[in-house]
Amino acid sequence: MQPHSATGSPTPDDGSTALDHVRNMVSACIQCGTCTGSCPNALEMDLTPRKMWRLVILERLADVMASRTFILCSACYTCTLRCPRGLPLTTAMETLKGIAFTRREARHRNSRLFYEKFMQTVRHHGRLHEMAFMTGYFTAMKNPLTPLRFAPLGMKLMGKGKVEMGFGKSAATHLDALFDKVAEIERAAAAPLEKESHA
Amino acid sequence: MNYLYYPGCSLTASAREYDLATRALMTAVGANLTEIDDWTCCGASAAAPISQLLSLSLSARNLALAEQTAPDGQVLVPCSACYLNLKKAHEALRSDAERRATINEALAAVNLTATGSIRVRHLLDVLAVDIGAARLAPLVTRSLSGLTVAPYYGCQCLRPYPEFDDPERPVSMEPLIEATGALVHVWEMGGRCCGASLVSTQPDAGLGRVCTILKAAKGADLIATVCPMCQMNLDAWQASASRMAGENLAITVVYLPQLLGLAMGLDSDELGLDLNLAILDGFREKIKP
Repeated sequence: MQPHSATGSPTPDDGSTALDHVRNMVSACIQCGTCTGSCPNALEMDLTPRKMWRLVILERLADVMASRTFILCSACYTCTLRCPRGLPLTTAMETLKGIAFTRREARHRNSRLFYEKFMQTVRHHGRLHEMAFMTGYFTAMKNPLTPLRFAPLGMKLMGKGKVEMGFGKSAATHLDALFDKVAEIERAAAAPLEKESHA
Repeated sequence: MNYLYYPGCSLTASAREYDLATRALMTAVGANLTEIDDWTCCGASAAAPISQLLSLSLSARNLALAEQTAPDGQVLVPCSACYLNLKKAHEALRSDAERRATINEALAAVNLTATGSIRVRHLLDVLAVDIGAARLAPLVTRSLSGLTVAPYYGCQCLRPYPEFDDPERPVSMEPLIEATGALVHVWEMGGRCCGASLVSTQPDAGLGRVCTILKAAKGADLIATVCPMCQMNLDAWQASASRMAGENLAITVVYLPQLLGLAMGLDSDELGLDLNLAILDGFREKIKP
């Protein structure tokens, strides 16, 4: 763990404002560790969820961003369900992913590309167009080995006709207008829209 | 029983059999599905980290289209990830005037409005609550007795919204499985995470989740699922999981509506069974007409 002084000197738009938003979500955390005990991926995480919330509350942005913990959240909502303080922990993890992507953290480049290429496909095609998505992702990764890991599955699925190749089955509804409008609203608004319900 | 139908992207490609089986089963039980015209992606798990408003607006677009068809209708969603996204949009529209206004400001760009009047239902909710074992049992023409089924619920149809089942110890599939004549495999893994997209993006972590579930399913003849992501992780990655575990974890994995459809004597082609990636010979023998 780095000392507090090592967290760098944040400039206004580098994510510290966004981190405030997550800090508000978890500020009532009592450090009980129910989230960590409930998390199916905790053993693979470099920081347990409980420690992650502590760092968020302490505004240690650099330490938070250096962690892969939020990338390893698979959104199972067990922690959200069990948190005795009723905190929206899954949404908090999700928001941390977003901060890392906005900051273009080198450590989380692959995850960012996966999300960005996915959304680009949806923007252009309306639906997930698997061929366009995977081609875009592999190209952006610039790593010739990446496609190899997916090749056996890809071949299996293609053999079964289970890959959307874009030969007319897609709706092909462009969503540019919706994406642009959302971006416009978000630029105008100071705080992003956020809330996780505990039904 | 009338439902508006939101298949979602997976059901047009990697989970085509889930779409086929859902439509065939719902027809067989006398329910009427109307596919939402011009539906688009719900944003999956990729939209929300990039923008919560984008995620809500993408889902709300589909709810707005559904409202045009039937303002007091119900949307049937077989994919758990789509279900959760649509449900979140529904909750935002219904319970938060400020967010409803913001979402509609975005939707105005595509000439749509959503009020949140449409109820969002997961396929399992509809099967367990609206149809139920009592209605299903008389329709069973091919008993699946002798088979033991491990009910696998996954996460997002159970959490964070406990709509129709216990979010920690789910049981809603059990009466349905029993109605087919099959036995229910008793296990603790029904509501535990399959690893979701980590299986593709962070295989070292994701495959571990798959191994744990497949190991716990030993003793069952098959696993029944209600989500395309769970199904893919448990069937397509079985070989990788077996290598990781150092033991053979092969097991038949089918979608719940495929299982129920088989018991009701529906044709295996109609249920898309040849599209599944993990059907063991023993199971194939068992379901021969």
